[in-house]
Amino acid sequence: MGAEVMSAEVLAFRDVTLGYDRHPAVHHLTGTVNAGELIAICGPNGAGKSTLLKGVVGLLSPLAGSIVRPDDGRARIAYLPQAAEVDRSFPINVYDIVALGLWRRTGLFGGISHADRERIAAAIAAVGLDGFERRPIGTLSGGQMQRALFARLLLQNAEIILLDEPFTALDAATVRDLVALVERWHGEGRTVLAVLHDLELVRAHFPRTLLLARSPVEWGETRTVLTSTNLTRARHMCEAWDESAHACEPARTERAA
Amino acid sequence: MNAYDLLIAPFAEFDFMRRALIGVIALGLGAGPVGVLMMLRRMSLAGDAMAHAILPGAAVGFLAAGLNLFAMTLGGLIAGFAVALGAGAVARATQMKEDAALAAFYLVSLALGVMLVSLRGSNVDLLHVLFGTVLALDDPTLLLIVGVSTVSMLTLAVLWRPLVVECVDPGFLRSVSRAGTPTHLVFLGLVVLNLVGGFHALGTLLAVGLMMLPAATARFWASDLTALVVAAVLVACGSGVIGLLVSYHLGVPSGPAIILVAGGAYVLSVLVGPIGGILPRLMPRRHLEA
Repeated sequence: MGAEVMSAEVLAFRDVTLGYDRHPAVHHLTGTVNAGELIAICGPNGAGKSTLLKGVVGLLSPLAGSIVRPDDGRARIAYLPQAAEVDRSFPINVYDIVALGLWRRTGLFGGISHADRERIAAAIAAVGLDGFERRPIGTLSGGQMQRALFARLLLQNAEIILLDEPFTALDAATVRDLVALVERWHGEGRTVLAVLHDLELVRAHFPRTLLLARSPVEWGETRTVLTSTNLTRARHMCEAWDESAHACEPARTERAA
Repeated sequence: MNAYDLLIAPFAEFDFMRRALIGVIALGLGAGPVGVLMMLRRMSLAGDAMAHAILPGAAVGFLAAGLNLFAMTLGGLIAGFAVALGAGAVARATQMKEDAALAAFYLVSLALGVMLVSLRGSNVDLLHVLFGTVLALDDPTLLLIVGVSTVSMLTLAVLWRPLVVECVDPGFLRSVSRAGTPTHLVFLGLVVLNLVGGFHALGTLLAVGLMMLPAATARFWASDLTALVVAAVLVACGSGVIGLLVSYHLGVPSGPAIILVAGGAYVLSVLVGPIGGILPRLMPRRHLEA
């Protein structure tokens, strides 16, 4: 992908506040994401990381401010929620769950062509699940399930990929293979935002980081963001839900990078 | 008594038995797959709540126009759709979970029905609505049941993909499509439609039996979605046919007989079903190598 495209803005947060029942989970975030960026979103539990991804996908409307997305966001954004949202007891096999990645092409009613079948087989092979095609998802290990979901992401062929704690509770080999896929997407010029807790992994593979603690702490190059000062600030900024909190005044806007 | 007398003669000799046969097979074809999806969506008891919602609607139809197919069907459909769509919409638009919303809506419907019936001041014979009359299906009723079954199967064929995805990974469906909510509401509509079709034959409450018992039975025999649907339809139709024969030969009411046969199939499956049944679990078998 060329340099012009690399610098194009694909997402913009304009003083956005996201939350639940008027309580902010992400508070006054401003910043832009350029095409091709590989960004880690870090912060303590309850810092608003998953909420931010939901806002980007459009599953949650901002309480204030706005998120500027591509017009056809649903078609261009692929989103991997936390694994717990998949009903593993449902009688569906690996092949069918991976094939859902073709949704953009098939939609509600479209059939799967011969070429599509080859794409599905290639995606399953790319995540190392050859031979697992007919296995019900309920019989997969946590790592195998996550590989299947990554195969689905491969098929989605999206320009913007959002991953919510994609490597949690996985062994080292699985993490290594899946990180390689993320780097492959980065190499192809796709934009990737991943919520992560493993700071060593972030430092090794993610050039940019957004450190979030409800309010943004710092957003920029990973080595300048993940400093001990910033991490300490992040731990202190994340305050509890307050039933008696006052309405937020517009003048209190805080800004990140 | 030979096999012909036992299995074929009742249908060969009597027109009302042939009509009942067509009725129960059509009901099985429609309600079987709907039941499987209800079970997989963890809504097994929602069907029962909706049946309670339909009952007052059908009763009001009966009060207004007597034993009139159109009036009772319309009453049942209005009450059922109001409850199903109302509960579905509240669950999607507010923080309330769907089971609680459904409970709230069906109870209001039930109370409203009882109120209207008592205001009319007549001591209505609601046995028809409660227990159905599968052995007295006239042409219009049979056409209604077969029509419901056809609409149900065609709608499921069209909506199968979003229905399955919404069940297995709702987050994924929300991220790629806005089809989730409309699909769910159409599905709730299908449940109502099948229950209304079923109540003429089996009564409002027992109609749920032909929806949920075959689905629960199939879970002990099939682990793949397609096989589950096929198994549920076979159990539903089989229960219908055997129940009719039991009713004919023993002189017992046909609706309960059909549901009891389905119940028998369920109990048998709990005991010996190869997928998670009690006896296969207790059998000492050596573990596998991999």
